[in-house]
Amino acid sequence: MNAQVSRERKFYEAVNEALDLCLARDAAVYVMGLGVPDPKGIFGTTVGLAQKYGPDRVSDMPTSENGMTGICIGSALVGMRPIMIHQRFDFALLAMDQIVNQAAKWHYLFAGKARIPLTIRLIVGRGWGQGPQHCQSLHAWFAHIPGLKVVLPASPRDAKGLLIAAVRDDNPVIVVEHRWLHQTYGEVPADAYETPIGEAAIVREGRDVSLVAVSHMVLEALRAAEFLSAHGIEAEVLDLRSIAPLDRDAIEATVRRTGHLLVADIGWTGFGLSAEVITTVVERAHQALKAPPRRIALPDVPIPTTPALSKYCYPDAWDLARAAAEMLGHHDLQLPNRPADAKLDVPDPSFTGPF
Amino acid sequence: MMRTRMTEEAIAGEYPDQQMRCPVHLCVGQEAIATGVSDVLESRDWAVSGHRSHGHYLARGGDLPAMLAELYGRATGCCEGKGGSMHLIDLEAGFLGAVPIVGSTVPIGVGAAFGCSMRSEDRVVVVYLGDGAMEEGVAHESLNFARLKRLGVVFVCENNLYSVYTHLRERQPPERSLCDLVRGHGIEAHEGDGNDVLEVRRLAADAVEAARAGRGPVFLELSTYRWREHCGPHYDDELGYREEGELAGWQQRCPIQRFEALVLEQGLMDDESIGAMRNEVAEEIGQAFDFARRSPFPEKERLFADVLAD
Repeated sequence: MNAQVSRERKFYEAVNEALDLCLARDAAVYVMGLGVPDPKGIFGTTVGLAQKYGPDRVSDMPTSENGMTGICIGSALVGMRPIMIHQRFDFALLAMDQIVNQAAKWHYLFAGKARIPLTIRLIVGRGWGQGPQHCQSLHAWFAHIPGLKVVLPASPRDAKGLLIAAVRDDNPVIVVEHRWLHQTYGEVPADAYETPIGEAAIVREGRDVSLVAVSHMVLEALRAAEFLSAHGIEAEVLDLRSIAPLDRDAIEATVRRTGHLLVADIGWTGFGLSAEVITTVVERAHQALKAPPRRIALPDVPIPTTPALSKYCYPDAWDLARAAAEMLGHHDLQLPNRPADAKLDVPDPSFTGPF
Repeated sequence: MMRTRMTEEAIAGEYPDQQMRCPVHLCVGQEAIATGVSDVLESRDWAVSGHRSHGHYLARGGDLPAMLAELYGRATGCCEGKGGSMHLIDLEAGFLGAVPIVGSTVPIGVGAAFGCSMRSEDRVVVVYLGDGAMEEGVAHESLNFARLKRLGVVFVCENNLYSVYTHLRERQPPERSLCDLVRGHGIEAHEGDGNDVLEVRRLAADAVEAARAGRGPVFLELSTYRWREHCGPHYDDELGYREEGELAGWQQRCPIQRFEALVLEQGLMDDESIGAMRNEVAEEIGQAFDFARRSPFPEKERLFADVLAD
């Protein structure tokens, strides 16, 4: 296949392609999770794979998240490369012993004798009343654990490249996919390329303020940057892509260029990724900061089901643009109105790409 | 059995020096199970275990000096000192790993069998677990999947009646046995005397044969008794959590004495050859302790080594 061939694909199609390529190229790879072979195929990401590779390599599983994670780990120890999928991040909490005590630690505690090439895809729900137990993104928890890698693709290109890199990696890698990204589209090369784990990417250059974001907040940051640009404020948008390892050099570099830092996270505000990013800058480059850094993330409450309340939980491009402008001393920025029919509990149909 | 017993007794003897700076869960009294099971395994088979794993590791052929060096926290230990007594590994000997979170290696062992099955490898995996682990949900998740896929796993449950200080009757309904539970999963299960090495071996041989032949997993519940304290080198009967005379009764059923009596009676060995064997083992253990204590501690830079695989 020509590596130069590039075309537009939706995010979920890019994930599907990555799985397809990994299954095709390495007999040790298998895919397992509740609903993997069902007609909807995990938001389309696994559709067709069971038919192509058979029920042994692309399979459903008993409703036993902790046990099945251990089973994936055990198989990885003897040479397999499992890809485990949870349709909601929240269900992975049942497997914390196997992920945190076992997968993250065996390589270290057995002095390098054990390897666990395990990929775990966790999908973050949002909207339509997902409620407090179907919408969490606890990526910061996993990033806190030495021995785990954690990636959060924001674009279709990185969804494919990071997943391929995760499957080829000899460590447990947590891949966090925001459900609202699945229908976005963008350029996706056809070949089996890797997006390097641990490298952030500047997705928009700018001189005035750094918007450091992950996952769905990268899209909000890009839209905020457009709003700001209309007022002559040029925001640089850094898509972290990986948070463990965290590309601290890229964070430092963007803040040294702009002098202003606004962090946007899909997780909660307290004790989260935003604190780690801001601390990185304070430790490495506080002299470069021309204003106190700020963060925009979820308020520290469980996310309620009713849209009447959950609409206050998810900051968006308007919030980011306003916060960035305020950091630069613009307190009266005129932003475009939010569309009158905007529903904050479903993805914005005008906002799907290309990215 | 004798090698494991003498190693454990030697650890108990040296432990008060406080040079083995990690918790130790000694298996004195329980040696017959690992010995009988390991005797019927092939070199390509795997075993996993939990916190009380010295006997499982040694009977499988795990490297004794590397185990003792591990307890002493030395660079020559099987985990370079990063694991200690509760984390043993010897891949060359077919010992895939032991960790102390109760029940955690049950799915990992089943997963190893699943991986071997996907790779069409003819290996059996022995999962050592205790009566306490059978109260963990993950044990049942693992039994279900092992049965679903008819994996080549032999679950070897050492029922020593106590989870730390708590008797089985306070944790599980007495009228329902562990084997009953396991049969509820559709898995063949057998009870046996875990202090009779020949009975263990007989049960294990049938179980391994069934597992290897693709007839699915087998569960063995083997009754036994931990002589010393749950964790540490001492006897702790003075605490009163076990009935008076219970330990003495089980010591009467010492697996090593019983086997010795048998081989003497059958004329397979005599006092002299048993004594010679004991001396040989003692020398090996003495040398292993010397090796461990002479070994260097890991260098500081090893702290950051192997957090992630390259």
